Amino acid sequence: MEMKQIEKRLIMDGSELIVESLARSGADVFIGYPITPANLIYSYSHERFPSFFAAPDEISTLQWMCGFSASGKFPVTASSFPGFALMLESVNMAYMMELPMLIILVQRLGPATGTATCGAQGDLALLNGMISGGFSLPVISISSMKDCWELPNKAMKMAIDLRTPVVLLTSKEEIMTLAGFSISQLPEINLIKRNYYSGSETFVPYQTDDSLVPEFLPVGNTYHQVRFTASTHDKKGIIQNTSKEAIDNTKRLEYKHRQNLEHHLYYEYDRQSGADTLIISYGITASAAREAARLLRADGKKISLLIPKTLLPVSPAYFEIMNGYEKVVIAEENLSGQYRNILFGECGNKNVVGVNGIAEMITPSRIIDEIINI
Amino acid sequence: MKDFLTDAALPFCKGCGHNHVAVNTEKALQLLGYDPLNVVLVTDIGCHGIIDKSFLTHTVHGLHGRSVALATGISAALNDPGKKVIVFIGDGGATIGMQHLIDAAHNGFNMTVVIHNNMLYGMTGGQPSEFTPSGFKTPTLPEGGTKTGYDICKIISAVDGVSYVSRLEGISDFSEPLAEAFSRKGFSLVEVMEICPSYGVKSNPGMKLSNVVENAGLSIKKFVDKETEVYKTGIKKDLQPLFSESDAIVTLFPTKLEKPVRLMLCGSAGEGVQAAAEFLLKAGMTSGLNGIKKGSYPVTVGVGFSAAEVILSSEEILYTGSPNPDILCVTSADGLEYARKTLSGMKGGKLFIDSSLQVPETKAEIISFPFRERGGAKNSSIYGIFYLLMKTGMFPMEALLGVFNENKIAKKFDVDKMFQLLNEPWAEGMSDKKMTVSK
Ligand SMILES: Cc1ncc(C[n+]2csc(CCOP(=O)(O)OP(=O)(O)O)c2C)c(N)n1
Ligand code: SF4
Repeated sequence: MEMKQIEKRLIMDGSELIVESLARSGADVFIGYPITPANLIYSYSHERFPSFFAAPDEISTLQWMCGFSASGKFPVTASSFPGFALMLESVNMAYMMELPMLIILVQRLGPATGTATCGAQGDLALLNGMISGGFSLPVISISSMKDCWELPNKAMKMAIDLRTPVVLLTSKEEIMTLAGFSISQLPEINLIKRNYYSGSETFVPYQTDDSLVPEFLPVGNTYHQVRFTASTHDKKGIIQNTSKEAIDNTKRLEYKHRQNLEHHLYYEYDRQSGADTLIISYGITASAAREAARLLRADGKKISLLIPKTLLPVSPAYFEIMNGYEKVVIAEENLSGQYRNILFGECGNKNVVGVNGIAEMITPSRIIDEIINI
Repeated sequence: MKDFLTDAALPFCKGCGHNHVAVNTEKALQLLGYDPLNVVLVTDIGCHGIIDKSFLTHTVHGLHGRSVALATGISAALNDPGKKVIVFIGDGGATIGMQHLIDAAHNGFNMTVVIHNNMLYGMTGGQPSEFTPSGFKTPTLPEGGTKTGYDICKIISAVDGVSYVSRLEGISDFSEPLAEAFSRKGFSLVEVMEICPSYGVKSNPGMKLSNVVENAGLSIKKFVDKETEVYKTGIKKDLQPLFSESDAIVTLFPTKLEKPVRLMLCGSAGEGVQAAAEFLLKAGMTSGLNGIKKGSYPVTVGVGFSAAEVILSSEEILYTGSPNPDILCVTSADGLEYARKTLSGMKGGKLFIDSSLQVPETKAEIISFPFRERGGAKNSSIYGIFYLLMKTGMFPMEALLGVFNENKIAKKFDVDKMFQLLNEPWAEGMSDKKMTVSK
């Protein structure tokens, strides 16, 4: 007896969805250095990207990506903490030069080499502070198979629209787990078109309009001279000490992200009216939070759930949502509650509690216990 | 003739060797008839690097030591031997970023690297680099270098894939040899020996560049001059999607589970644990269930434990963890070691365990069976999943058989024999015996 097939279900992992999504979005090149648990992305990209480079290390990876990006191509890499740590200075460079690119950070258990094959959510605090000077590096977090399909495209669009490196944050369990997954309902992924400066006046590389995002031209073009500079620079891309124009330009790097955040704000808000408690979670722990909410509701308890996807910069919208609740429970798989700290600082907030841990997935029952105890 | 430099004064100290490199670069590019917009100048961090503002070419000013890697990306992206990519780097940058030089040379990326070797770190106050020759003094090395400095020309000449390597003294007009390097397609490198008046001359009063070079044993010559392959970036067309609807799994044996079943298989590497778990997942799906599967193993995948978790459910699976599996199947000693933590936390459920293993303390119902003896170590996990399906009846056996038979493992596998061996009635008795032994 054959059942009617409504859904087209395949066995697949998140890595496959991410790579296919990026390829359809028009990413040009994958540059990578192998590291568990990002290796599936590496191998799928080898198969699916128009160009693929095996770099000799992660500093080279990021530098090559900057070279590709400065030349008008969209580069992607995937790594995990040990490799990402080596990229740090170069990510700052890409940020300062305003080079669009996507870095997929697949979290694993640290510190240091830690356990390569164990998942984690331990790198958000690093991401939050890694641009020297107090600047926001956009971080988009995946928290379901569907996100693996939709968010890479959105992250890439953000990188291009804002001329910035963007981190797509995920973890071992999310992108290596095989799942029966229905592809019938997946939305179309559209090719992202790039706009270049087309004026006839001299191109001023870091001049902007109200969007605060400078227009782009690749190096090597035969119409206008292009300058990219990682040191403090004026609108022309010429090194300055701390001239007003140059420092204004540097501050703009932060303002452009804040000002344009609402166009790149992604979250799931599952609100239950009458609920006085809100669970917040992201990434792999979002799956435990969803299950906890389901179980609590099945038990007659009212509960709301917020799953932020644009983790950084932090949107004021998240605080507006939190303001509607007496209690907030933030669940994440790290020792000290990194997102909670970003939101509320070391001092914390008496209405906000964390459910944290390392080396194993946070369970729905731990979240439920925390809520019932409150 | 096209101008490559602005009219502004160059940004270096008086008498600095970097001045000569800038002027000779302009001249060399003029000799070759380049259009400034076909030239990309990539500069490193160091005194030499601040020259970018004076050039009318495209300019990219990056990090200390990374200019060659940055230029590699540009060169590979432009993918056009008609464009000239030039890197300006110091002996300091070449020290910290040596890997990038070797790599670019090795692959033949199309660029010319000009090393400004003033034998010290100018920008940070004249500290020695790995290029500082024996006897050469700097402000923080007043007794003078004790080792021979790097001979970068020798190092890079040893790398296959290099088109051109030469060392010259950066005095008077050296635009012609520079133009020769620029004219190469592929990777070329010129080391320009220089003097930093502010630190080098001050620490070595009366020094003469040619004497220093000679004493250091550095030859002024062309090391390599040959035709090589230029790196070409591959750009694939006609790429196929990674998945398509035609791979969809058909539901053949509609089944309902009252509640989700969480399974964990624990065995040893090379004993089919991951494959067995995937068979369960796929068979569950052909039975109309939702499912996930994940693997755990040490980084050395060929040795030690291999474990897999499978969840099958009629509902959508929100949470993909299995802290308390309903079914745990342990087929080897490695697997048992890995499963200990899970076992001690189990408050019920079933433990299928190979009869050769000492059964640990657990609240799970214990069903022991000689999987290894019957199926052999290699097939112990396959025996395990068929056996546990027989005992639990989660979904029809036909589903698992169908999935298994499609697989290449099945070709060398006697399914009938397996069923015979699994069905042997004394196995049940064995499991009871084991239970009493352990308790
Ligand atoms: C990663 C990093 N480490 C250290 C520095 C500090 N630094 C700036 S320039 C420089 C050395 C410059 O020497 P060299 O490359 O020989 O160029 P020169 O100044 O002599 O022209 C150093 C160590 C830096 N900018 N970045
Ligand atoms: S400090 Fe030395 S290397 Fe730097 S500009 Fe002055 S003379 Fe040249």
